[in-house]
Order: sequence, then C-alpha cells, then structure tokens
Amino acid sequence: MNLNLDFATILERWPAFLDGALLTLQLAFIATLLGTVIGVLGAIGRRSHHPVVSRICGIYVEAIRNTPLLVQIFLVYFGLASLGLKFSAFAVAAAALTINVGAYTTEIIRAGFDSIPRGQIEAAEGLALSRAQIYWHVVMWPAIEKVYPSLTSQFVLLMLASSVTSQISAEELTAVANYVQSDTYRAFETYILVALVYIVLSLVMRAGFWLLGLVIFPRRRRLGTPL
Amino acid sequence: MHQTLNATPQSPVVSLKNVHKSFGPLKVLDGVSFAVDRGEVLVLIGRSGSGKSTALRCIDRFEKIDSGEIVVCDHRVSDPKLDLRALRQDVGIVFQSYNLFPHLTIEENITLAPCSVKGVSKAQAKEQARQVLAQVGLEDKLHQYPEQLSGGQQQRAAIARSLAMQPKVMLFDEVTSALDPELTGEVLKVIEALAADGMTMVMVTHEMGFARGIANRVVFMHRGKVHETGPAAILTSPATPELAQFVGTGL
Ligand SMILES: Nc1ncnc2c1ncn2[C@@H]1O[C@H](COP(=O)(O)OP(=O)(O)OP(=O)(O)O)[C@@H](O)[C@H]1O
Ligand SMILES: [Mg+2]
Repeated sequence: MNLNLDFATILERWPAFLDGALLTLQLAFIATLLGTVIGVLGAIGRRSHHPVVSRICGIYVEAIRNTPLLVQIFLVYFGLASLGLKFSAFAVAAAALTINVGAYTTEIIRAGFDSIPRGQIEAAEGLALSRAQIYWHVVMWPAIEKVYPSLTSQFVLLMLASSVTSQISAEELTAVANYVQSDTYRAFETYILVALVYIVLSLVMRAGFWLLGLVIFPRRRRLGTPL
Repeated sequence: MHQTLNATPQSPVVSLKNVHKSFGPLKVLDGVSFAVDRGEVLVLIGRSGSGKSTALRCIDRFEKIDSGEIVVCDHRVSDPKLDLRALRQDVGIVFQSYNLFPHLTIEENITLAPCSVKGVSKAQAKEQARQVLAQVGLEDKLHQYPEQLSGGQQQRAAIARSLAMQPKVMLFDEVTSALDPELTGEVLKVIEALAADGMTMVMVTHEMGFARGIANRVVFMHRGKVHETGPAAILTSPATPELAQFVGTGL
C-alpha cells in the first residue's frame, strides 16, 4: 500500500482556509452571543407562572432538540425564501445556529436557575429587592456561574456543528474544504488539515471562555473553586 | 370607611390580632394575637410544629394569613394592597440557614440592598458595611466570600446585612440552631448587643437561658394558639402545665 500525501498543494490555499476559519468563528460568536440572550429569556419563560409563556418556551425547546440541525437550517433557508425574503447564506446560517443553540442554552440555564435554593430568593425578598433585581443579582449570575462549563461546551459543540451550514453554501471552513478538495483532488489531505483547524478553533474558544470566566466571575478568580 | 393609622410612639411596632392561617387542612395559626412595642424583645417559644416560624413569616408577609389583622410599623400587612417592598425595608429578617449570597463578598452581600433598593451611593454603602460589620465583630471579613467564614461568622454577617437596611424591627428564626454551642454564643452576644441598643425584635429560639435573659415578653405557642404569655419570669414559674413541661421544670 502506498500512501501518497501531498500537503503542499493544499497549504497553497491557506488564505481560503483562513477566511473559512474566520467565518466559522464569526458564526460561533454570533450564535453564542444571541444564544445566551435567548437562553436567559427562554429559561425565565419556562419558569414563568404564565402557562402560555412557559408552554411556548417548552415547545420551542422540544422542537429544536428533537429535529436535526440540518433540517432546521433548511427550514430557515427555504422558509425565508418562500416568504420572498432574500438573505445571505451567512445570515441564514447565523440565524439557524442561533435558534438551535438557544434551545439548548435555555435548558442549561433553566437547570442553573432551578439550582438556586429557595432560601436565597427569600433572603433577597426580605431585603426588599424587586423581582427583577432578585433575578439579576441573586438568580442569574450564580446560576450562570454554576452552569458555565456546560454552557461553554455547548457553544464549542455549536461551532463544530456549524460545518453543516456548508450545505446552504455559507462560506465557512467546511465549505472551503469542499471546494478545495474538488479543485485539487486531494480530499484526504484537505480534511486532515480542516480537522486540525477545527481542533485549533475549539482550543481557542475554550481558552477564550476560560478567560471570560475569570473576568465575569470574581469569586472563581479569587477562590478557584466551582460555585 | 376610611381609616388612617396614627404613628404615635405608643402604637406597637408589630401587632397581630386574631390571626388565622391554615396550610390546606392543617390549621397552623388559630387566633394568634400579640404585640411588640418599640425597643421590646419578644421571644416566641413552643414545640416543633406549634406555628412559631409561620407566625414570624406572616409578619414579613412570607405567608399570607387567612383572617385577622397584622400591622407592622404602620403597614397593614393583611391588606391586599400592601406595599410589600416598603414593609420589607422596615423589617429585617434572619433565617436559620444564613442564606448569604455565595457569589458575592461579604461587603457586596451587605451593600447590595442599600444600593439597589434605597439608592445609597456605593461609597456610602461601603462605609455603612464597615460599620455594621464592626457591630457584629467581623470588620476583617469585608472582602471574604461567605464560604470562607465559619457558620457563626456567616450568621453574624447575615445579621449585619439586615442591619445595613436600617430596619425598625428585626425578626430572627432560630438563628443559632445550625451552630455548635461555641458559635451559638458569639451570635447570641451580637443579638444581646442589638437589644441593648434598643432594637425592636421578635425571635424564635430554643435557647431558654438566652430567652430568659433577653426577653421583655415571652409568647408560648401551643397547637397554633398563644397558650401562655408574659414577662421572662413565666419561663421560671409557668402558669400552665404545657409551658411547665416545655421548659422542663415539671409541676
Ligand atoms: N409551606 C407550608 N406548607 C404546608 N405546611 C406547612 C408549611 N409551612 C409550615 N407547615 C406546617 O405548619 C406547621 C407549623 O410549622 P412551623 O414551621 O410554623 O412550626 P415551628 O413552630 O416553627 O416548628 P419548628 O420548631 O420545628 O421550627 C408544621 O406542621 C408544618 O409542617
Ligand atoms: Mg420553625
């Protein structure tokens, strides 16, 4: 058997891979940011005493968690098209990924909210804090600190899953790989390289989240222990 | 009929009149009445399940009563239109499980409510935090996190957190029950100092010696009723067999 690997041809295309990697990171960044917002609102909604609100949030979460990401992407893509709305592939990909990760973060953050002992909330009520102040100071921050590891893992998974947006021609890393390999007939080398780049992106994201954690959770910075 | 409440110095800080409260079929408060004047210390005692915590929680509207009337610092607690947050600015409550916010330093625990509820400036709130912590003997713990403190220190910090809101009355529910005897002593000392300063207090405690020393008035609850009430002396010479049995003197 003769394994004949030629990386030189692939590496010549490095600017394309770099563009793809940056686009993947952009998608991950947007979905992380908006997904966090959706997750917090969704978690508040799921815990709402309003049956309609909690039901709607529940349906959203279950619908997303029980369908494939690729199908969700197509639904957004063709859904917008059939409404006569024209968006770039990037915008559609970002929207679909955000909707997808928002459902998972809703569940993660809700678990965090549920883990705050009733006594904490009563203590805050006893201090005359308003409902919004209690949610912000006593529920949300410690809840997010508690679930931060699962939350950030979810965002890294999302970045990896964003490769399926190549199916609607978003020009992210996997899409770049697809046309480089069809151009060069060096498929194996191409995907080895791409796998390595994804590993680097994962590590970059994990390092970023670790640093962010130190900034936004002073207790963790000082004591170094999980909440 | 329009009725205004006069804030005369004579009117009690806390008053319960014929308060009834059930949890489902379980009648927990069965016509409870008592009053606490300014600067007075009222101690609630009674067997487990006699309704002490429930009575205390009704005062701060953590439980809604079924009938009767509760007035606290001129807030009509039993009124559905009660301004709950105004009531709770006047009432400090400390629980058995200290419930300090674990992600905040002791200083942040203390300054949170004054800053966000009363709009006190950060600098002023920090100065005040120093003062209330000195009051409970914890000046050096300002920048520690709750988990770095012993149970007794956490409970004192929780008392300081309540004091920073400058309440007109303090409620304590078995605040030493989770502590070993040594730590209990340091918390009770803080409460004694507060009483000496003239703080109005209602407390549930199982520390009979402490109750005897600090109480201006004792309320013995039994099966949801005020079974016997009077000055601290009733603890040494009870009138009813139930209280006698409770304090363990026998008859
Ligand atoms: N939220 C609730 N729902 C249902 N029952 C309750 C609730 N809170 C208290 N009870 C019941 O009411 C009764 C009185 O409880 P309460 O906590 O007032 O007693 P207590 O005198 O404080 O007792 P302890 O000394 O054990 O603290 C108990 O039987 C308790 O189980
Ligand atoms: Mg109790």
